Amino acid sequence: MEIVLVGLNFRTAPVEVREKVSFSHEQALRASEELRARGILEETLVLSTCNRSEVYGVHPVGNRESAAALSSYLSNFHHVHPEQLNPSLYHHYDHDVVRHLFRVSAGLESMLLGEAEILGQVREAYLRAHEDHVTGPVLNRLFQAALEVGKRVRSETELGMRPMGVASAGMKLAERIFGKLNDRSALVLGAGTISEQVVSQLRDRNIKNLYLSNRSGEKAEEFAKQYAGTVIEWGEWDTALRLPDVIVSAVGVQEPLLTKSLIEKAMAARGNRALFLMDLGLPRNIAPAVAELYNTYLYTMDDLTEIVQQNRNARQSEVPKAEALVEEHVGKFISWQASVELIGVLDTLRDSLKERRAAFLQEKFAGTNRFSPEDREHLGVLMDELVERLLIAPAERLRTEKEFRKKIQSLEAIRELYLSDRGKP
Amino acid sequence: MTHTFAVLTVLAYFASMGLYLRFLFSGKELTGRLATLLMFLGLVAHYLALLMRARGTHTVPYHDLQGSMVLFGWLLAVTYLCLEIYHKQRTVGGFVLPVILVFFLAAYLVPDHSNTPTTVHGVVFALHVTLSILAYAAFALSCVLSLIYLAEERVLRMRRLGEVVWRLPPLELLERMSHTSVLVGLVTIAVGTSLGFLTVDRQLATEHYSYFDPKYVFTLFVLALYAIYFRLARTAAWRGARASKLCVFNFVLVVVNFAVINIYFSQHHRYF
Repeated sequence: MEIVLVGLNFRTAPVEVREKVSFSHEQALRASEELRARGILEETLVLSTCNRSEVYGVHPVGNRESAAALSSYLSNFHHVHPEQLNPSLYHHYDHDVVRHLFRVSAGLESMLLGEAEILGQVREAYLRAHEDHVTGPVLNRLFQAALEVGKRVRSETELGMRPMGVASAGMKLAERIFGKLNDRSALVLGAGTISEQVVSQLRDRNIKNLYLSNRSGEKAEEFAKQYAGTVIEWGEWDTALRLPDVIVSAVGVQEPLLTKSLIEKAMAARGNRALFLMDLGLPRNIAPAVAELYNTYLYTMDDLTEIVQQNRNARQSEVPKAEALVEEHVGKFISWQASVELIGVLDTLRDSLKERRAAFLQEKFAGTNRFSPEDREHLGVLMDELVERLLIAPAERLRTEKEFRKKIQSLEAIRELYLSDRGKP
Repeated sequence: MTHTFAVLTVLAYFASMGLYLRFLFSGKELTGRLATLLMFLGLVAHYLALLMRARGTHTVPYHDLQGSMVLFGWLLAVTYLCLEIYHKQRTVGGFVLPVILVFFLAAYLVPDHSNTPTTVHGVVFALHVTLSILAYAAFALSCVLSLIYLAEERVLRMRRLGEVVWRLPPLELLERMSHTSVLVGLVTIAVGTSLGFLTVDRQLATEHYSYFDPKYVFTLFVLALYAIYFRLARTAAWRGARASKLCVFNFVLVVVNFAVINIYFSQHHRYF
């Protein structure tokens, strides 16, 4: 029972290589089945996200051989020349695989430290592989433990707590004012990349009314269709500004688009209900004096960038806590793995001792008629019982006492002592 | 026995406060639940301390300053716990518990006035006093909530966010919680004051009682101010920070009512 991992991620491979080696669900299933059919792996699981492609497997033979076979298989499967692929691949074995996967699900190996999406991706990959019957007891246990680590890291540390992007930081701030945004309205000015990020965040939060406005009406229509928003004519500020609780502006202008007097008028029209404004344009889209108005909260790109930076530092300080949780679970998994291996070793040991007992008795009974067949059978049964007694007590101790198992360090010692003439279990 | 329950109350409240503050920084659900549980246990011990005290002095706990303060603390804790359950919001506990503890501990530090003669009795009178103190507790809670609102609003407007701001309740929830609390205070003080008049009615038949106690006048003034707050907090000009400031100001008047009017001007309302 050896675990192997071959993969690449954003640290080891540029996007051009990553996109060539990514797996769709169907490809992941096909690869898993082929790897099992060819005898390269017994259990398989493919984890493929935009930042990583990893193949996890269990193989009974020497794992370094299977890692080489896996690398070669990946190269053939994705039609990427080994010279291009191999420098980007990393190989991990046994405990390192466990540690690596736990770090991945904890968000410690993510491009955006502590991001929450990876846990969902690991869960999805595991559930699919499980449904496709390509995993087995080892990978099932490994991935269930990884999901537990991910959950614990998210609930017991602040690693994934604070927003790390400007758009999500803005949304979190709006939630500080209004609470949940699902009964609120928002107006987004502009239809560029950053506006799209904001709109996506708003939709993730089930914003009730989404109004969109852009200089190019056509683009606004397209944008509104994509995100189920309502287009507001560009420049119709009197109507547009009285509706939303959140205003986000990210357009290219030379002079502020939303002046103090415009917002003042809008605030009067909306009964001074709190208004959150995000100015993500450069030069600024919203006059700084708007911040002086009662019940308005104005945040510029600089303010939000500073918050994101503070959050990055705060997340970084949570890394040791998350790593400690990872190590705790690595220890638990290793302990489980050792107990499972132990059972295999003891089964083989029992069979070996029984065979030796049979050979021993056969040798001693040869040339003598002192024992009847019944006596011989009885002696065999008694010796089997003795073997069981001698074997079971220490085995039970090994199984239940973690500290004792640690003392042995490696089961190779037992293998060498009793099973030097046999293959591995 | 009273002493034992008092010690248990203080211990439970201190532990609960520690856990509420920890919850504020860590956000761990289990810590929050433990904080609520300890608060509840503190509440039970607090009640038993009140009960033992009443048995010891052979009178209800509001015939002296100590009893009044202990009862105030208990009702504040009850009001807070109800508000926490109703609004599903725990992050305020760390700010309310110090107020409860201050009142509870101060009650045991002030000189004993338990020999003050009592002149009125009965169920209506007991309800009058209990409801009045409950109203003060609700107003105290709304004041704490308004102060949190003002601090959070300032931090958000100044764009100087610290660690805690991500944990505090949203501004609009704080506003709603404060309104709920004021509403409880308004209803209870209105009913409590009406029952006070009834009590006076009954006493008038037998003793020389007057309706024109300065306490009544001031209480009606406070009631009017809270009613104004309740109305203004929903208007365009006042919603938000201005209403919260008014709420804090109103509570200052409640404290004046409780501490100055009672002691120096009122003849029949020394401790409630």
